[in-house]
Amino acid sequence: MSEEPRIGVFVCHCGINIGGYVDVPDVVEYATGLPDVVYAEPNLYMCSSDGLQKIQEAIKKYELNRVVVASCTPRTHEPLFQSACEEAGLNKYVFEMANIRDQCSWVHMHEPKKATQKAKSLVRMAVAKARLLVPEEEPEIDIRPTGLVIGGGVSGLTSALSLADQGFKVHLVEKEDRLGGTLLKLDTLFSSNVKASEVINPLVERVKASTDVTVHLDSRVADVKGFIGSFDVGIETRGEPEMLSVGTIIVATGADYLSPEGLYGYSQVDNVVTQMELEQLFKEGGRLDGVKTLVMIQCAGSRNEERPYCSRVCCTEAIKNAIKLVKENPKRDVYILYRDLQTYGIEFSMMEYDAKKSGVKLVMYDKERLPEVTGGERGPMVRVYSPLLDEELTIETDMVVLSAPIIPNEDNEALSKHLKVPLNSDRFFMEAHVKLRPLDFATDGIYVCGTAHSPKEVAESVSQAKGAASRAGIPMAKGRLKTAAITSVVDEAKCSGCGTCIELCVYNAITKNERGLAQVTSAVCKGCGVCGASCPERAITMRHFTNEELEAQGLAALKEA
Amino acid sequence: MMDKPVIVIGGGVAGIQASLDLADRGLKVHLVEKSPSIGGVMAQLDKTFPTMDCSICILAPKMIECFRHPNITIHTLSQVKEVTGKEGNFDVKVLKEPRSVDASKCTGCGLCSEKCPTKVSDDWQKGLSERKAIYILFPQAVPLIANIDREHCLYFQKGICQVCSKVCPAGAIDYEQQPEEISLNVSSIIVATGFQELNPSELGEYGYGRYKDVITSMEFERLVCASGPTGGHLNRPSDGKHADRIAFVQCVGSRTHKKGYPYCSSVCCMYATKEAVLIKEHDPGSEVTIFYIDLKVFGQGFQQFVDRAKQHWGVEYVRGKPGEIRRNPLTKDLAIWYEDTMTGNVYEKEMDLVVLCTTMIARPGNRELAGVLGLKLDEWGFFKSKDPVRSPIETDVPGVFVCGCCHGPRDIPESVAEASATAACAAEVSRRCAS
Repeated sequence: MSEEPRIGVFVCHCGINIGGYVDVPDVVEYATGLPDVVYAEPNLYMCSSDGLQKIQEAIKKYELNRVVVASCTPRTHEPLFQSACEEAGLNKYVFEMANIRDQCSWVHMHEPKKATQKAKSLVRMAVAKARLLVPEEEPEIDIRPTGLVIGGGVSGLTSALSLADQGFKVHLVEKEDRLGGTLLKLDTLFSSNVKASEVINPLVERVKASTDVTVHLDSRVADVKGFIGSFDVGIETRGEPEMLSVGTIIVATGADYLSPEGLYGYSQVDNVVTQMELEQLFKEGGRLDGVKTLVMIQCAGSRNEERPYCSRVCCTEAIKNAIKLVKENPKRDVYILYRDLQTYGIEFSMMEYDAKKSGVKLVMYDKERLPEVTGGERGPMVRVYSPLLDEELTIETDMVVLSAPIIPNEDNEALSKHLKVPLNSDRFFMEAHVKLRPLDFATDGIYVCGTAHSPKEVAESVSQAKGAASRAGIPMAKGRLKTAAITSVVDEAKCSGCGTCIELCVYNAITKNERGLAQVTSAVCKGCGVCGASCPERAITMRHFTNEELEAQGLAALKEA
Repeated sequence: MMDKPVIVIGGGVAGIQASLDLADRGLKVHLVEKSPSIGGVMAQLDKTFPTMDCSICILAPKMIECFRHPNITIHTLSQVKEVTGKEGNFDVKVLKEPRSVDASKCTGCGLCSEKCPTKVSDDWQKGLSERKAIYILFPQAVPLIANIDREHCLYFQKGICQVCSKVCPAGAIDYEQQPEEISLNVSSIIVATGFQELNPSELGEYGYGRYKDVITSMEFERLVCASGPTGGHLNRPSDGKHADRIAFVQCVGSRTHKKGYPYCSSVCCMYATKEAVLIKEHDPGSEVTIFYIDLKVFGQGFQQFVDRAKQHWGVEYVRGKPGEIRRNPLTKDLAIWYEDTMTGNVYEKEMDLVVLCTTMIARPGNRELAGVLGLKLDEWGFFKSKDPVRSPIETDVPGVFVCGCCHGPRDIPESVAEASATAACAAEVSRRCAS
């Protein structure tokens, strides 16, 4: 904006919220004397329709080209005032706000004089910044209406079908030579004991039949370029490269199971198997007729120093199989040795009671004194100390079943590098926010669901998969996305190409251009300012928060009212 | 053709997330909430586990987003009373109770509450403090509009006072407002009505209701919150003395076949750990003990959170459910009797404050709503999904979906993920019915 700044300052009473403690007329009078301020007025409620109208009238009457509102928090009210400015013909980025409610009247209500002083200082700072403000644009980008789902297990299939049902095309990439994932290896699923095949097969069939889903078997993601709306994903199918053009990406790569080598006699003592191997036995129709006594050991390789997390599903999985074994042969002795039973929620709690009623013997053990498994004459011998009985039990068994944990896939590292999304300390994929963004990555346009994120059971994976499809569907349904105006700008004349900013940017918004200098992809930049703060050459500045603006604001803070 | 809107019943974090997902993709949403503000239980929590985020600080921006979103209409003080039709074409009647305040005029300044002479026990603060008969539910309420509690208002009860009307600078008080019936035609219905906390006086255990210093976990959340009745100071309710010795009792009313409920509430072990850490953060010298049966650490980062509570903060975990709590009439301290089942030893320990981690139970209103929607409830009054494995968020009625704690206890991220899932289902319905 080349013309001289003409600033209007509007100071809000907010009823008694501000006016009860801060001397609003005094602040208005003070504002009138600040440089480039041509008009200032108070209002009982700046945010009321009357207040907004007053701003718009003043913009016209006094030919204002910058607006400062001193009121409450920009978090709730900045968009409202910005749109009022836009309606009066100003760009929304020539608006600045001073929060004299939260930062003055509320926190200093016992010192009204000082609160008023501080309000003046905040207004002085806002005006100092407003003098330098310039209009900014919010560029729009196109979103391709095609999703990529990585992983063809129950989560990936569910996500892919939901995206298709929402009206989008889908590429489904699976590393194995068939769809289905972990459920192909399971016999039945808790809590309803439904056959795993009855859950997975219909999903596989629907995906195969769908004209909207293109399945790529034996395929891996080899390379990812671009950003939300236009990702170019290179995949390799049996050595053959292919390029997929998609708008969004869902990571549904699932997880693996620990093979508990050396734990509790596994692969050393005969008839020590894992819960997954027991499932396989069931699936193949094995009846375990010879097995009169069977012991399951929980947390076989989890909740310890090496792998601190709980694998969530193993207690309920063990209970499901124990009930089946006891019901199959009520004379059979089935023990579950556990630390803390993770039978959370309603259905799993009911399964715990069912197990107890059916005669499954639940024996708690102490982490400090783990059970031991040795080879016996008949089969594996289990010794376990029960703190509740204060007694060591020796159980002669025919079979020991270890509940080994779900572990992250080995190729998570590689995929996380391709997608530039993080893994957590357990090496599972890490979401943007644990509480409120469980399915998003911090990088726009990429989402996560199922056991790729952490151990979970089938219903939870199905919910997450649908949820991820909702998240991915949002930008694709819109078709176009306004990107932020507040992004970083590189002054190529100053940039030395050191690459510090590239390493620090968590959104991967900065790359090197052909001259080796930093280059910002505005569509990806969140305007966090880390690059600007860390640039040794001061070559990077943020739109709407330029170095000059911040310096002016800072210097104004140091001046006396 | 314009896509039909979707109705979301319940304005807690699940309902908020479902609404935002749908609105962001361009569908119109009617968000129906029966209390005066959206926010639900999450708005009442102090912090959230295991990240210790301030609960309202992370929720309030989403609440405001709902309020400001051009595709979302929030109906507070409203309940769904009648539903006819089928997937793609439901006719819904919503009954809106009068607020007695003109929402278009009220600016939420709070002058009316300040001047109102009538004090009422504040349910939102779990009865630990008082509010006025005209009030704003909590400082971050959305919409930020006053509401008259007619049962306690002097004008409605005795025809006198009218102070609020005299002091309101916006002229927003409207004593004549009538209940209003709103008719909506929607393509699908998302049920997100949440849960409530069991009132442990029903159990007659642990002296709740008899001893003021035996409180529930929700009461604790308000007590320890900076915007709570004590400004976040952990003062025991009986005499205001600072609580230095605090016990948490798990499974109060849960996992029992006697009085109470047989199921596990899923979240109590972790929120008790969070609450214990909060106490230690405020005052590292305090003694905090958590009594439990099985420590439920099944979620991401939970075990690590417990390890840190034990090792770094010195929170004590005792495996065993206390047998009894008695109050010493001289010191007013509580004596808690328990057996440490790991050692078999029996102890008696003095406590200043005992927090009962009570069962998450179904809202009684589920019964009526299930009738209106044609949904089934389980034995404990939670909504039943179509299939516990394959269709966890669908119901027996096509076009009606459930998310969050209205179909069983679960934590915030699970509720949020499910909410997005129901939004996907509703988006699918919308497309199916449009084509």
